[in-house]
Amino acid sequence: MIAYVLKGARLLGGEATDLVLEDGRIAELGTGLSRSGVEVVDADGLVALPGLVDLHTHLREPGREDAETVETGTAAAALGGFTAVHAMANTDPVADTAGVVEQVWRLGREAGHCDVRPVGAVTVGLAGERLAELGAMADSAARVRVFSDDGKCVSDAVLMRRALEYVKAFGGVVAQHAQEPRLTEDAQMNEGELSGVLGLAGWPAVAEEAIIARDVLLTAHVGSRLHVCHVSTAGSVEILRWAKSKGWNVTAEVTPHHLLLTDELAATYDPIYKVNPPLRTADDVTALREALADGTIDAVATDHAPHSHEDKDCEWAAAAMGMLGLETALSVVQEAMVETGLLDWAGVADRMSTRPARIGRLDGHGTPLAVGAPANLVLVDPSARREIDPFALASRSRNTPYAGRTLPGAVVATFLRGKPTVLDGKLQ
Amino acid sequence: MITHLLSAADLSRDDALLVLDTAEELAQLADRPIKKLPTLRGRTVVNLFFEDSTRTRISFEAAAKRLSADVINFSAKGSSVSKGESLKDTALTLEAMGADAVVVRHSASGAPHRLAHSGWIRGAVVNAGDGTHEHPTQALLDAFTMRRRLTDTPTGSDLAGRRVTIVGDVLHSRVARSNVLLLHTLGAEVTLVAPPTLLPVGVDTWPCATSYELDGELAKSDVVMMLRVQRERMNAAYFPSAREYSRRYGLDASRMSLLPEHAIVMHPGPMNRGMEIAAEVADSTRSTIVEQVTNGVSVRMAVLYLLLSGSTDPEANQ
Repeated sequence: MIAYVLKGARLLGGEATDLVLEDGRIAELGTGLSRSGVEVVDADGLVALPGLVDLHTHLREPGREDAETVETGTAAAALGGFTAVHAMANTDPVADTAGVVEQVWRLGREAGHCDVRPVGAVTVGLAGERLAELGAMADSAARVRVFSDDGKCVSDAVLMRRALEYVKAFGGVVAQHAQEPRLTEDAQMNEGELSGVLGLAGWPAVAEEAIIARDVLLTAHVGSRLHVCHVSTAGSVEILRWAKSKGWNVTAEVTPHHLLLTDELAATYDPIYKVNPPLRTADDVTALREALADGTIDAVATDHAPHSHEDKDCEWAAAAMGMLGLETALSVVQEAMVETGLLDWAGVADRMSTRPARIGRLDGHGTPLAVGAPANLVLVDPSARREIDPFALASRSRNTPYAGRTLPGAVVATFLRGKPTVLDGKLQ
Repeated sequence: MITHLLSAADLSRDDALLVLDTAEELAQLADRPIKKLPTLRGRTVVNLFFEDSTRTRISFEAAAKRLSADVINFSAKGSSVSKGESLKDTALTLEAMGADAVVVRHSASGAPHRLAHSGWIRGAVVNAGDGTHEHPTQALLDAFTMRRRLTDTPTGSDLAGRRVTIVGDVLHSRVARSNVLLLHTLGAEVTLVAPPTLLPVGVDTWPCATSYELDGELAKSDVVMMLRVQRERMNAAYFPSAREYSRRYGLDASRMSLLPEHAIVMHPGPMNRGMEIAAEVADSTRSTIVEQVTNGVSVRMAVLYLLLSGSTDPEANQ
């Protein structure tokens, strides 16, 4: 077993410290540490964070291997500093049985770039009609704990109630894609001043907020656990703040793009900016940043959504919704949260590793950088600046909204159980 | 002058007046025995229609032909995903054929914008109606018609102080969007009248006034423009029934009598007689509906001419 000494890394942005990684664990922390026969990584000036955990990734396999595979998606994850991702269930076939979730889990193990934790569908075929075999998925080798019909909302109130109740049996959580379907039929972009001018059908904030309001009440009523996917509006934040003040077991995530981009980009009619939920206003962005800073929003989750070139190189209404996220998430969070002074690196570790791991009931991830802890960690160079080149990404797709944009920070190394998946910024 | 015509907002006051004045000049052609100029000889104009619209297509076709351009009609029904060729491949085909201008009608808002800015084609793009976004040549022909009816010397005049009331399904209307923008540029005061369900969110930020009541607006209107309202909208609860819509927002003879003597009634067509407009109103002397069609050809000639010739004198090449 090769051991590593990381020299002079700033733990959570703090003091420079040496870390010895051995047998998959952090063996020693201190200064002036050295061992014979180990690989030395010069981490001077780099920030060490626990390996990032994504609660919301679309790996597209099985079914859309032209857009992404477990191999390419997890390579992108490792390069983005992630040591674990939750693979969403909207594949083809849908991950609604033990068989499919075990397949995805096994593909993740074979790829070896990061841990893949499949998300199970709440309803059969994401059809919103009857519950999928949640227990079978929970008991499978994939040990599913997060259930979501992401891409579709569990809009039926009774079905949502039952799902929330049922997952209590195995410590599961229902991750809701909050989108009232009738209010968003054919919706194309945030409903507001701009949608009216552009003639694109509006996607009102209330369609998200009404479902969140209903679901936090249902969660309280049945004493279960709710996670809200990709919160995008200031109103949603208010409802979550209220629900948390009541002590209800509700968590929420925000995507990097909702922390940085606004609906103004739709004026280009370039579908690279078409996403679900849609980009919102600058006021929403401000509210989301504040909510992430004060903990009302628990986690940053990428909603990494690869799409083939054909699905984006067309008119807005015909284009698929979604954007890449894994390889730019940490940089976007640095720009939106760290460089604005809203969050320090310890806060970033909490929102991108600790809390998402806890929400997903993911053992061995999101643990503090302490002696004896699993050596899942990432080294970031916060002083780096990089221009995003879609063709240099590891993802099989190119639909990044940041093409040509310069973002701060770069992942230098990622370690999964003491083994580098990324070193010198390159996939191992 | 601009290189594409995608939105009425692309036109400054001077641009708009140049189009209208050029159209005024070109309209004289209609009175000549030979209604044709050699100005765009050897240039190719493609009418790319992804949506059925015979009247708009033949208007552009007549305009291009009167300027001696070669015209190719390309109708590609259906959206790119559902059937057949994508917008991009269609555009590349047209580019390969050497289209100098592409007149595009599409059900997706922003499709002409994509054509113009994606690098697929080099020619000038004219928006002939995109989804629920805009229809700038319709607004130009409407302004042209208003100017002719309401001013003594149309050429050089704008519409300063004229009051235009636009009534109906503003939410889904590209005609309304383009008219609000262009008429504002030309100095007119626009009021949109519709039930609240048919006004878009954010309409309060548009350069116009809004009202839910038609009757109160009529006495002060120089122009009333009735928009087509699809009966099927009532199925999506935009209004309870065609009859109720007609009662509250339809223009019938008694409402028409509230208009000032000089006021005109416009409709972009096709009309739903008995729904938004009564037959006796549509056929009255106030109605400019047939005139609008004639003017459409002149205005579209002016647009094609100005986009393609790079000169401002249509008879210079003769």
